[in-house]
Amino acid sequence: MGTTLYDKLWDAHVVRENADGTVLLYIDRHLVHEVTSPQAFEGLKLAGRKVWRIDANLATADHNVPTTDRVHGIADAVSRLQVETLDENCRANGITEFDMTDPRQGIVHVIGPEQGATLPGMTVVCGDSHTSTHGAFGALAFGIGTSEVEHVLATQCLIQKKARNMRVRVEGVLGSGVTAKDVVLAIIGRIGTAGGTGHAIEFAGSGIESLSVEGRMTVCNMAIEAGARAGMIAVDHKTIEYFRGRPYAPKGEMWNRAVAAWQKLKSDSDARFDKEVVLEASAIQPQVTWGTSPEMVVAVDAVVPDPAKESDPVKAGSMRQALKYMDLRPGTPIREIRLDKIFIGSCTNSRIEDLRAAASVVRGKRVSANIKLAMVVPGSGLVKAQAEREGLDRIFREAGFEWREPGCSMCLAMNADRLGPGERCASTSNRNFEGRQGAGGRTHLVSPAMAAAAAIAGRFVDVREIG
Amino acid sequence: MEKFQKLTGLVVPLDRANVDTDAIIPKQYLKSIKRTGFGPNLFDEWRYLDPGEPGMDHSRRRIDPDFVLNQPRYRGAQVLLARDNFGCGSSREHAPWALMDYGIRVIIAPSYADIFYNNSFKNGLLPVVLDRQAVDQLFQECFATPGYSLTVDLDNQIVTTPGGQGFRFEIDGFRRHCLLNGLDDIGLTMQHVADIQAYEARRRREAPWLFSD
Repeated sequence: MGTTLYDKLWDAHVVRENADGTVLLYIDRHLVHEVTSPQAFEGLKLAGRKVWRIDANLATADHNVPTTDRVHGIADAVSRLQVETLDENCRANGITEFDMTDPRQGIVHVIGPEQGATLPGMTVVCGDSHTSTHGAFGALAFGIGTSEVEHVLATQCLIQKKARNMRVRVEGVLGSGVTAKDVVLAIIGRIGTAGGTGHAIEFAGSGIESLSVEGRMTVCNMAIEAGARAGMIAVDHKTIEYFRGRPYAPKGEMWNRAVAAWQKLKSDSDARFDKEVVLEASAIQPQVTWGTSPEMVVAVDAVVPDPAKESDPVKAGSMRQALKYMDLRPGTPIREIRLDKIFIGSCTNSRIEDLRAAASVVRGKRVSANIKLAMVVPGSGLVKAQAEREGLDRIFREAGFEWREPGCSMCLAMNADRLGPGERCASTSNRNFEGRQGAGGRTHLVSPAMAAAAAIAGRFVDVREIG
Repeated sequence: MEKFQKLTGLVVPLDRANVDTDAIIPKQYLKSIKRTGFGPNLFDEWRYLDPGEPGMDHSRRRIDPDFVLNQPRYRGAQVLLARDNFGCGSSREHAPWALMDYGIRVIIAPSYADIFYNNSFKNGLLPVVLDRQAVDQLFQECFATPGYSLTVDLDNQIVTTPGGQGFRFEIDGFRRHCLLNGLDDIGLTMQHVADIQAYEARRRREAPWLFSD
């Protein structure tokens, strides 16, 4: 019987099998950022251990960094200490770091693929749950905690138990104006935030194949929001073209050898999955979340659902809590929800194609008067530079958006970018949890085009209906 | 790592599904470079009525008297009863650190998010899985009974109610062994250095582009 893409990636990285069914799994690339690494470096030092393989690590500061002018450094002393601690740990251990002043600095999940530092066939880990992003090009990539960060630093391995295989197929042709973000939100709406728990999800089908590599990253990025630590997509010609010429990608004869290996990174036609879900691409509409979990999502032309119609009492209870927190009433059309802030950014949607999609919606228009702040935060310094070469920054600025420096920013509001209590935001990020974007803040997750359209209208609109 | 063997502890019921790690420990406290001191900020946005920042004297903040952790009958709880998909969201290990720092040693829920579940074991925090019906029953008993305690025996994999009813739970053998003995994963892996080196040598031959040095 055939094997799945996940089986192949797993088997290729088993260092040893333990008697209890766990394995020692080799890690090819470890991405490091300032929030989940200081305690790991400290643990390493206290135990007198060294970094096992320095060249497998790549670090950047992204969560805490200001997105405004960085000439004067970080104003918040606690954030500053954390970023300086990363700088110092990287220096002391010889690890390459794109620090806050480096033009290549950015969100760890944007810079990895951008540099070709994460590649097809690799195992990729990072102390960040959105590491699943890198599965988009046939890698096995998943988020880990700080204890595991220390374990990888010390041994280049992790003790892991294999997950089950799940496949989510999106078949058919996506409608115009329907993006990768809408696809993944629709998937989460269908299977729920625990739908992939204990599984590695392979996204497949013609609807997925039609997406660009960047769009595939958006889908895999949110696999964790469906409960799966790892999401992945088979390698095809788009994947290979994406990596050609990237700084860390192999060159010359080595490139040819790598490509030959990468072309095998797909599930066999007779591979068996423990769980399979199929979505019809043409049925997917632009999505908007209404609640405090990514599974609380509906199409833009729908209304806020009614907990009284939910038969599961625990679920109905969660819906009531969410409606209260979000200050929404059942039956309210999504299009009547007015917004205070717009955030275009995060590891989900801050790559060049995302910015182009948003810019094409706002070109020549003005941000609505009721929007207090509309901001674009590019995923990396290189994305920002590219967007500026294309004049996208001008389009955003002229429309009334703020054009910022790269970082995680208001996705999780660890820096100064945040929502105030009660403020409502259309956000291209990945989590609408209570308080995620600032205590008391209310988050609606959407695609970049939908966020841009909402900025212009001041409320949600169907991006397909605006010219 | 702290061992976990057997404990009888007061139970606090957190009657919500999908409790995420942002709720367990909000982002502003993740700026710390330490592993300790997160207890006062466990469930910060639910526990306090005023916004919290690192470095504040949290004992002077206004608490929400309705939140379960603030109710006097649950003070000193060591067992947290929760609903499905506990610990979803961010991979922050600060979540188990905060629970442990507060004094929680066991969580009982029908399901957990994978990363949180994994992180808990690395810190001596035991996440017990019981089926929904059993968890429902424990919630009912806990609400109805002041001072409600459960005995959690990892060695025998049993949760016992004050009435003597036992619920068996399943747990991975390796994780159980590490938790019972307080074993450090890195030390265990270091016993296999030769295997790691052999793998790397083979990998260098087969996929040399993965090695830049």
